[in-house]
Order: sequence, then C-alpha cells, then structure tokens
Amino acid sequence: MSDQPLLEVDNLRVNFHTPTGIVRAVRGLSFALGRERLGIVGESGSGKSMTGRAILDLIPHPGEVLADGMRYRGQDLLTMDKRARRKLRGRHISMVMQDPKFSLNPVQTVGQQIAEAYRVHHKASSREAKERSLAMLEAVQIREPARVYELYPHEVSGGMGQRVMIAMMLIAEPDVLIADEPTSALDVTVQLQILKIMDDLVTSRGMGLIFISHDLHLVQSFCDRVIVMYGGKAMETLPAAELADESARARRHPYTLGLLGCLPDLDHPKAELATLKRDPAWLA
Amino acid sequence: MAAAGKSWAGHGIHWGRIATRELSTVAITIFGLLLVTFLIARVMPIDPVLAVVGDRAPADVYERARLDLGLDKPLWHQFAIYIGKVFSGDLGTSVLTAQKVTDDIKTVFPATLELATLGTLIGVLIGVPFGIIAAVYQGRWPDQIARVVGLLGYSVPVFWVGLMGLLLFYAKLGWVAGPGRISVVWQDYVTPVTGIIMLDAAMQGEWDAFWDAFSHLVLPASVLGLLSIAYMSRMTRSFMINELQQQYVIAARVKGLSEFRVVWRHALRNAIVPLVTVIALSYMHLLEGSVLTETIFAWPGLGRYLTNALLNADMNAVLGGTLVVGAVFIAVNLFSDMIGRLADPRTR
Repeated sequence: MSDQPLLEVDNLRVNFHTPTGIVRAVRGLSFALGRERLGIVGESGSGKSMTGRAILDLIPHPGEVLADGMRYRGQDLLTMDKRARRKLRGRHISMVMQDPKFSLNPVQTVGQQIAEAYRVHHKASSREAKERSLAMLEAVQIREPARVYELYPHEVSGGMGQRVMIAMMLIAEPDVLIADEPTSALDVTVQLQILKIMDDLVTSRGMGLIFISHDLHLVQSFCDRVIVMYGGKAMETLPAAELADESARARRHPYTLGLLGCLPDLDHPKAELATLKRDPAWLA
Repeated sequence: MAAAGKSWAGHGIHWGRIATRELSTVAITIFGLLLVTFLIARVMPIDPVLAVVGDRAPADVYERARLDLGLDKPLWHQFAIYIGKVFSGDLGTSVLTAQKVTDDIKTVFPATLELATLGTLIGVLIGVPFGIIAAVYQGRWPDQIARVVGLLGYSVPVFWVGLMGLLLFYAKLGWVAGPGRISVVWQDYVTPVTGIIMLDAAMQGEWDAFWDAFSHLVLPASVLGLLSIAYMSRMTRSFMINELQQQYVIAARVKGLSEFRVVWRHALRNAIVPLVTVIALSYMHLLEGSVLTETIFAWPGLGRYLTNALLNADMNAVLGGTLVVGAVFIAVNLFSDMIGRLADPRTR
C-alpha cells in the first residue's frame, strides 16, 4: 500500500453556470500525486487555482465540480459528504495562499490563528495548542516566536506573514499541501527563503506538494514534475529538469516551448521576445 | 517578567496618548457647538427683549430689560457669559413651559433615551443576525425574506405602523398599554432619580410600576425598532458579503473550520468594525427624538419638546435642546470610536 498515490484526479472538470453560458475553468485534468513536488504552470485563467480549490471542495457557489474519479489515499472524495470533506481540510490536505496581507484575519493575532488551525483537528488545551504553535513558528524560522505569536497580521512583514501562513497550514500535519502562488506577492529577495522553508518542511515530513505558479524558473528548480496547463487542460506533463533541457526540445509541446520562448534570458539577450502563439486545436 | 511589565507600561502610555487626543478633539467640538448655538441665537430675527417685556412695553422698560439681559455688551462678552451659564447648568427659561430649560430637558430627555435605547437594541439584536443570515444565503430565500422585511420596515410610514400597532396590540388584544409613559395609577409611586422610569422603579423596588412602564414602552420601541431592524439588516448584509469575499475567509475554510465558525467568528468579527459606526449613527438619530413616534404614543420626549419649542419660537428651549443633542452626539461618537478601536487592532 505504500506506493499508493496520495491524491488521484481523473478527468476533473470545473464549470461555472453563468447567465451568459457555461464557463469551463478546468476541462478534464488527470494526474496522480505521490510524495513528490508537482508543479502546475500556466497563464492566468488556465485553471491552475481552480484545480487546487476543487480538490479542497472550495469552489464558490455557482461552480460545479465533476470528475471520473478523485481520491485521497484511496478514499473517494466525490461521494464523501461536505462534513467529511471539511475534516480533510487542514488536517490532510491544506493550502498556502498567495498574499499573507489578505489571507490572514486582520483582527486576530497571528498566534490565535495558528493555534486555531491546530485545535480544529486535535483535542488540545489552549496551552498545548500555544506550545505547538510556538514550535511551529520556530520551524518556519521565526526568531522570536513568543513575540511574533502576539502580533497582528498588519504588524508583520510580507515574508514573515507567509511564514506564519505556512505554519498555520502545516500545524495539523497534512500529507498534501497545495501552494497556490505562495511567493507571488513577496519581494524577490525573500521568495527563495520562503520556498526553502516550505520545501524543507514538505521534504522532511514526506508530504506531497502541488506547487501552483506562473513562474517557470521557480517550478523548474523546485519541482520534480510539471504539468503545463492551458485553457483548463493539461498540455503535457514532464519532469521538471526537462524544461531547461535543450536536447529534449523536440519532445516538448508547442505551448510549453511558447512559454519558454517568452522568458528573457540574461546570457542570451534577444532583440525581441517571442509572442505566445495559441492554437485552438489544443483544446479540442 | 520584566519584559512583560515593560510592555504593559507601554500599553498604558499608548492608551493615555489616545485618550488625550480624543479629549482635545471633544473639547474643540464642544466649543464649536457652543459657538454655533450662540451665533444662531444672535442672528435669529427674534428680539429676545420682546419675548420678555412684550411688544407694547414703553421704551424705558424695553431699554432696562435690554440692559438686564446684557445685550449692550460686546459679542465676545456675551459669548463668555453664555458659556459660563451653560457650564453652570443654566440654559434659561422656556417661554412655553415657564420652567428652566434644564429642568424640562431632565424630564424629556430620559423619555427619549429609553425609547431610543430599546429601539436600537431591538434593531441590533434582530437586524444584525438577520443581515448575517441574508449574506450567508445571498440570493436564496432567507435573503429574499430579509429583503422584503427590510423594504417594509423602510417604506411603511412610522405613524401608520404606530397606529396599527395601537389598534391591534392595545385596543383589540390588550397585550400592551396605550399612549403615555406610565399609567396614572403608578405615576406617583416612582420618584424620579435618573428620569428613566423603568430604571427608577427597579431601583425603588416598585415592580408593578416597572412592568406598567415596560408595557407602555414596548410598542413605541418596537415601532422604532422595526425601522432600525430594516436599516441594520441591510447594512449588516452588505458588510458581511464584503467580508465573506475576503481571502482570509477562504484561509479559514482551508484550515477546516466549520462554516458557523467561519461566519460568526472570522467574518462577523471583521464586519463589526464598520457596524459599530452604523449602530452609533442610527442610535444618535433616534436620540434626537422621533417626533412622529412620540406624537402618536403621547410620549413626552425630546422630539416633541423641540418641535413644540420651534413652532412657538421658544428660543431658549430650542437652543438648550440643540446643545443637549449636540453633546449627546459627541458622547456617542466618542464611545463608538473607542469600541471601534477595541474591535480593530489596526486603528490602535
């Protein structure tokens, strides 16, 4: 049973029924996640985030999630009731969101929010939860946990906020972490630091990571495998190392090549960056 | 431990600074209020001397009264006298009631205060949960019901609701008492201390009088409350919809919190910040006195008192009342600011 995937998604579709017609955010995505780091890249609106939300059962009201199969460690997520899905959230599957400035509750202290995430899933006294939270703050390399515990979100910097976010989302010890653009809102200088902290925790706990990003360089250096998404569909799945591999170019999907071609390269300056060409046939 | 002690001292200094700033703002506002009421009195085309001596007094009597009133003194001197009198609790004498305006207001304001307070309480206790539920079930039937109730509360005139209420609950069903604050039987049982009859009765152990006063109060307060419910539920709904769209709400759901906790602990706790201001505004509005409600229920409140004074050009009463309303506004504002500060760590 040990080689059973953590998460299996088969032909996932997310539709929004609007007065002007059906918007298909995800149109048939399939993948299996083991204890690995899986990157999902794509442009805005390619369905990356909706994939993460669908796994968590957090698609907002008019949205509808369909799939041929969606299993977490063999448990069927599609037939599970809302309550059971909620119990999975945080405890088994968790998510780090984009901007700590907006995704932390402004009127609660950082500590309260981390401790709360622990106490939803574990029977623990408030003291025990606090000790756990302080240990978790230390694990995300915050130097004065006791001081930071008492701070409000507006009193911490972006980088520190994102560490708090990671602490909050990992304290209940989930197996799967969805990181939805976790560093997009941060300064470039702290991006790598945050990724390193997240990567260390994910690796040492043997978790599965779904890393959602539009940054090809980040995905390439942090993930084992990459799914390239366009228009709600997977264009291709490839080992992350092959993204930069010139010799593997011939095997690449034209869209992946297109994305790569849009990246400026310091070592090989180009007079004009390529414009991304999209082919409607890819979505057929 | 030393660090903890230091941080508490720091908190003290911080709050002290906030209090100083608030109090100086209040002082300036009160000064402005006094200046405005004083100037209004001076520019009104009503001759205060005529109000005292009548329009057929001979010139020398008129002149003596003018000197007695200090109207020959320069304007700044008159203003200083005015401030002095206001602070010693002297707002002049009402022409209409032939009593000191201060005494009038002492009986009239508590009547409005108890009506406004209960009305606001009803509005908050029913309107806010209504608004929250409407926001959670946005666009579905609980939202539609809340919308209809809100619309009714808004658009049906207060005097009609008041009269229908009296007809049904007083005349037909006899569940509540009729107009007035208390039945004649109980009138002399309660010695006015605070002027709020229910409070005075409770303090003096006159429970029969207490319940009588309550049954007088409950209908007019409900009429005001209906309006308040409509307003509160609409405002709460829009604040909550705004909060429920925030990222931190999604984060709370990701943590695995129950929907109840997400709504009532996370979203509502944030919506309270703007709600405090709205509640304070609506409370202040009711504290001015609600003329229609007070008239229908023969409620001897501030609204009726001021309207009567205005219609009879009873300037002392009008200005005294204005001053009291202004002071109450300042106080409620200060209070709501402080609650807002407690509710929102970003403003501390």
